[in-house]
Amino acid sequence: MDLHSPLRPARGRRADRLPEAWAIDVAHLTKRYGDVLAVDDIGFTVAPGQTVGLLGGNGAGKTTTIAMLLGLLIPTSGSIRVLGHDMATDRFAALARMNFSSPYVALPHRLRVVENLRVYGHLYGVRHLERRIAQLAGTLDLGAILDRPSGELSAGQKTRVALAKALINTPDLLLLDEPTASLDPDIGDLVRTRLEDYRADTGCTILLASHNMAEVERLCSHVLMMKRGQIVDRGSPAELLARYGREDMEEVFLDIARDRQRTAA
Amino acid sequence: MSAAQLANTPSGGSTRRVWGLMYRHLALYRRSWPRLLELMYWPVLQMLIWGFTAQFLAMRSGNPVAVAGGVLIGGVLLWEIALRGQMGVTMTFLEEVWSRNLAHIFVSPIRPWEMVAAMLGMSLVRLFVSVLPAIFLAWVLYRFNLFALGPVLVLFAANLLVMGWWIAFGVTSLVLRHGQGAEPLAWTLLFALTPFSAVFYPVAVLPFWLRPVALALPSAHVFEGMRAVLNQGVIRWDHLAAAAALNVVWMTGAIVLFAAQLRAARTRGALLTIGE
Repeated sequence: MDLHSPLRPARGRRADRLPEAWAIDVAHLTKRYGDVLAVDDIGFTVAPGQTVGLLGGNGAGKTTTIAMLLGLLIPTSGSIRVLGHDMATDRFAALARMNFSSPYVALPHRLRVVENLRVYGHLYGVRHLERRIAQLAGTLDLGAILDRPSGELSAGQKTRVALAKALINTPDLLLLDEPTASLDPDIGDLVRTRLEDYRADTGCTILLASHNMAEVERLCSHVLMMKRGQIVDRGSPAELLARYGREDMEEVFLDIARDRQRTAA
Repeated sequence: MSAAQLANTPSGGSTRRVWGLMYRHLALYRRSWPRLLELMYWPVLQMLIWGFTAQFLAMRSGNPVAVAGGVLIGGVLLWEIALRGQMGVTMTFLEEVWSRNLAHIFVSPIRPWEMVAAMLGMSLVRLFVSVLPAIFLAWVLYRFNLFALGPVLVLFAANLLVMGWWIAFGVTSLVLRHGQGAEPLAWTLLFALTPFSAVFYPVAVLPFWLRPVALALPSAHVFEGMRAVLNQGVIRWDHLAAAAALNVVWMTGAIVLFAAQLRAARTRGALLTIGE
């Protein structure tokens, strides 16, 4: 991640390095809906293998940013390179090597879990698909629910299935929008542990939008703080805690959300 | 290349992605007999109503009306090809909207043309499942053999199928543009074109000012051609050529519209919100 001058808002900066050095390289990214400026000239880079948190209150621009990184949303201006591919001209090459999970985007309810995993296994061209599904079922404890319709699962089970779908193609880049939203602490911890294991095993890059500050402190090596469509601060959790003179990220989040002054140098 | 990199390299290409999307729908039909029954229901019902009507007219009025009855049954069966072809594409797309699955599909490496190919593939599957029982029933109950039209039947069917497809892409474009408010068009648009398609009567029956509308539709040419085969035993290649040319024009327009609306949906963020 580009960490130069972390105190300055990151308006359209990009590092002077080869794009291939970054898993994500965003420059001057803007999204406007009519009069509403959802994302305002942001720039950041994420190095391969890092887990980066994208934080901010509701309407800060996190989901819009992730949607643009996924190619679901066309930016008004700016550029996005993912895994060395320009998302404006070459997004399918990047999409094959990345995946996405969000509790707000469902998998077909009437399909069984194993059928959903097969569908996405085929869409991502996964080799030895049945073996991969069995592997994920073991890792995420899905064995007992593989033949159940996805719509009949509990929230925790749905989240584990969504994570299995997101890992089906062994992605190099994982974009997660609130991966543990509405989960009990036990399942939330399981999901976080599996993500840590996956990253340790594969060296995958993870961009994580979350409102759970404990999760961010645990998983993320770096954090981008968004507000009103802009990146207003960035750094490692430890750097941000020191900068704001706070004990935990929840307080840092509130300081930024409520425009409180920093209390430490 | 390491073993891990090899495992991560996609295999199968376009064919596999098209199959993946078709598998998503076939898996539902595989174990749901009500879904399969629903596919056959309307074509068979239409066949029964119009078949018995044609039989009744033939009993009362003799051979010339019996031929007209055959034209009626042929019209019903061929029109079902357009209807089911259109519904097959539209329903395949709407299933993704209803299950709020579009975002997952569009962040996968499937190309738009592969998605179109999967929708057309599912349309063909649904067509065979829905129309073949009605064709069989027409033969069993009314001794009407649609295949007696000869090889030209393939050309009639292909033209009507393609017409169903371009209407489906028009409807799908409207759903992308206006959301689920445009959904009712999936069930009604082709029915609205029935009066101008000359399914059960010649174009000459229409008022003079409506005839250009009818002749701008491939279906009117197909049904004029079908009546020529059944009534006079001649193949009207001029009508078939007109139907094919019109289909090329309409299909090109529909695909351009669909591609434009898909891009507009990506600009507005509709792929994330459609279905909500």
